[in-house]
Amino acid sequence: MANFLQQLINGLTLGSIYGLIAIGYSMVYGIIGMINFAHGDLFMLSAFIALIVFMILTQLLHLGSLPIAFVVVLIGAMALTGLWNWTIERLAYRPLRGSFRLAPLISAIGMSIFLSNFVQVVQGPRNKPAPQLPNHVFKLTGGAYDVTLSLRQILIMVVTAVLLAGFWYLVQYTSLGRAQRACDQDRKMAALLGVDVDATISITFVIGAALAAVAGVMFVIYYGVVNFADGFVPGVKAFTAAVLGGIGSLPGAVLGGLLIGLIEVFWSSYFTTDYKDVAAFMILAITLIFMPSGILGRPEVEKV
Amino acid sequence: MTAAPQATPLAQAAAATTSQLVPALRTSFVAALVAFGLSFPIISYHAESNINNELVLIGRWPLSFGFAAIVFAFVFLRQMANADWRIWFDRVGAIAAGGMGGALVQAAREGEGVAPPSRARAWFSRYFGPFMVGVVALFPLIVLGMLGPAGSLKWINNYGVQIMIYVMLGWGLNIVVGLAGLLDLGYVAFYAVGAYSYALLSTTFGLSFWICLPLAGTLAAMWGIILGFPVLRLRGDYLAIVTLAFGEIIRLVLVNWVDLTNGYAGISGIPHVSFFGIPFNDEDNGFAAIFHLPYSPIYRTIFLFYLILALALLTNLVTLRLRRLPIGRAWEALREDEIACRSLGINTRNTKLTAFALGAMFGGFAGSFFSVRQGFVSPESFTFIESATVLAIVVLGGMGSQLGVAVAAAVMIGAPELMRELDWMKRIFGEDFDPTQYRLLLFGAAMVVMMIWKPRGLVSTRSPSIFLKERKAVSGDLVKEGHG
Repeated sequence: MANFLQQLINGLTLGSIYGLIAIGYSMVYGIIGMINFAHGDLFMLSAFIALIVFMILTQLLHLGSLPIAFVVVLIGAMALTGLWNWTIERLAYRPLRGSFRLAPLISAIGMSIFLSNFVQVVQGPRNKPAPQLPNHVFKLTGGAYDVTLSLRQILIMVVTAVLLAGFWYLVQYTSLGRAQRACDQDRKMAALLGVDVDATISITFVIGAALAAVAGVMFVIYYGVVNFADGFVPGVKAFTAAVLGGIGSLPGAVLGGLLIGLIEVFWSSYFTTDYKDVAAFMILAITLIFMPSGILGRPEVEKV
Repeated sequence: MTAAPQATPLAQAAAATTSQLVPALRTSFVAALVAFGLSFPIISYHAESNINNELVLIGRWPLSFGFAAIVFAFVFLRQMANADWRIWFDRVGAIAAGGMGGALVQAAREGEGVAPPSRARAWFSRYFGPFMVGVVALFPLIVLGMLGPAGSLKWINNYGVQIMIYVMLGWGLNIVVGLAGLLDLGYVAFYAVGAYSYALLSTTFGLSFWICLPLAGTLAAMWGIILGFPVLRLRGDYLAIVTLAFGEIIRLVLVNWVDLTNGYAGISGIPHVSFFGIPFNDEDNGFAAIFHLPYSPIYRTIFLFYLILALALLTNLVTLRLRRLPIGRAWEALREDEIACRSLGINTRNTKLTAFALGAMFGGFAGSFFSVRQGFVSPESFTFIESATVLAIVVLGGMGSQLGVAVAAAVMIGAPELMRELDWMKRIFGEDFDPTQYRLLLFGAAMVVMMIWKPRGLVSTRSPSIFLKERKAVSGDLVKEGHG
């Protein structure tokens, strides 16, 4: 029981990170029907940006206060990663809009290869250890097996929840969100009714990237190490989460992320860590084959 | 366009140049600002571990400013060129051929859609393929004659054999993606099955390459059916992702099933290829001694080259023949419209499965060739990037075009190899400069640029396999594959 509770906490933390990345996949797929293959690598890039911004603050500017540093890193990483994704969309995806379906996918795969190798070239191929941060660990139960909940885990879950609430408000209740949902449903009709489709798509990419950047910051805080090749597997798992929750559905993406995080952690705990990635890929395949619309997604109706 | 209004574009060009200057400058400045923002922490600071394994920052602001400056110059030039490039282009054409040039340019620009069938073109398309095969078949001999046994080894091995492997993989995947329209991102799985089949069968049971080759093909085809069966209902992007998942699962199983595959360490000591039983070594019963030649490792490489050439040509021949059979026509019909196919009584399940199985079989052949060439296999060789490379070759070649795939393979594999030859650049950028580390970076960028430049691939016209009276090339824009 204690082990179960501990794994539940770990799984929810990991799931929050996956959920944040999954939203980016889900929104982009919803609005332009394209799997943004480079999203996982963008997440990795944002982790690097966060790490370097944090080091600039602490080493070069000698900022003492960690909470302020955290907020600055978070905002800085979100803004810069948003700028990256905006540029990527402009250069690599927008010229291919309306082209045949494979073209943007190949372009995104190329972008994914480009991003991971770009980071390798500019920052080196070795693991980057993050500076040690103070981490308070709370013991929840006594006895033979302590269930622990660390300050980092609380931080990750709280920040995720707050940002998701803010983001939910943005999509559901603002004119920007309405424009986005309109493009989601019918791009041509939205354009006819005066929605600036290009700008809306750009903003969607920026928001997706900003949430991936939050995940990147959390990743660095949680694991304390980042590598240029760290984008692919979390990217595929987050995509699995988006599909599992129902691609195009935002609550679905978060739900899927939490489920994938829990499944991975419990699988590692009760079976074997060797095959934990196999488990994630199997879930992806099984979901797509037997339940392609996911848990909360709308079924796709094909008109002949 | 006649010669008379020649002055007008000139004047327009001059006027356009000045009026475009200010907005062009503004746009370039914004672009440079964005470039600077992009480069801000990731290029301008390098995080490096010191001896205590702590990260320290090293400032690299000049790189960042240089990047912004390059973007500024590039965008500015493009803006200026954009403003009047058509006018300049037409003017050059008009001067060159007195009006006719401009008209030709215009016609060429308009005629990009559907190519008119001309005699020269028909002649070209008829004889170009066999001509290229001849050139490729003579390639090792030409290189050998020019550079001698020691110098030519690298060229035949790194360029010849390496490119031919990808030509073969491209042609194999072309059956699945180009003809049947099933987007497969996990093709490397079948390559891996073929490679491990030969590796395990030869090291465990001592079977020879010629027995293992059909076995590896059969096993890969079987896996093609096993993995193809559950995904029959999926289409397009979803199919791509599930095949990607299967490819990764097979790789992860190869990594983790240590008892069988030896995990990351891989299988070494795989028997090398022999000349129909005669080994390529320097002993008395070796190839060189029997044929009274001086011993050199080049003979094995040349034999490997002809082996992969033969396998690739077999793939090509089978594909071209199958395209004319009912099954090939069913594949292409399936690519165009699955629902129409079903209503016309085509068995879509069998059609898809045969495409998967055949594509996988050729992947398996290529895989067992890979392991007989290397003498060593490990899961590292079968990562997702291999699948992406092969798919990029097929798409870039213009899906369904055999010649285009071959050209794309030569470009995509040959160009990064050529990066290794750039040692002279060290003299410009200093000793630390290593051109090879930019290979994959440029490879990824090239995929994006090629897609934007030619989304339909290099050879975007098709010759139909069935026609009335005359064969007309069909523009790739009229073909709608990729929907699965």
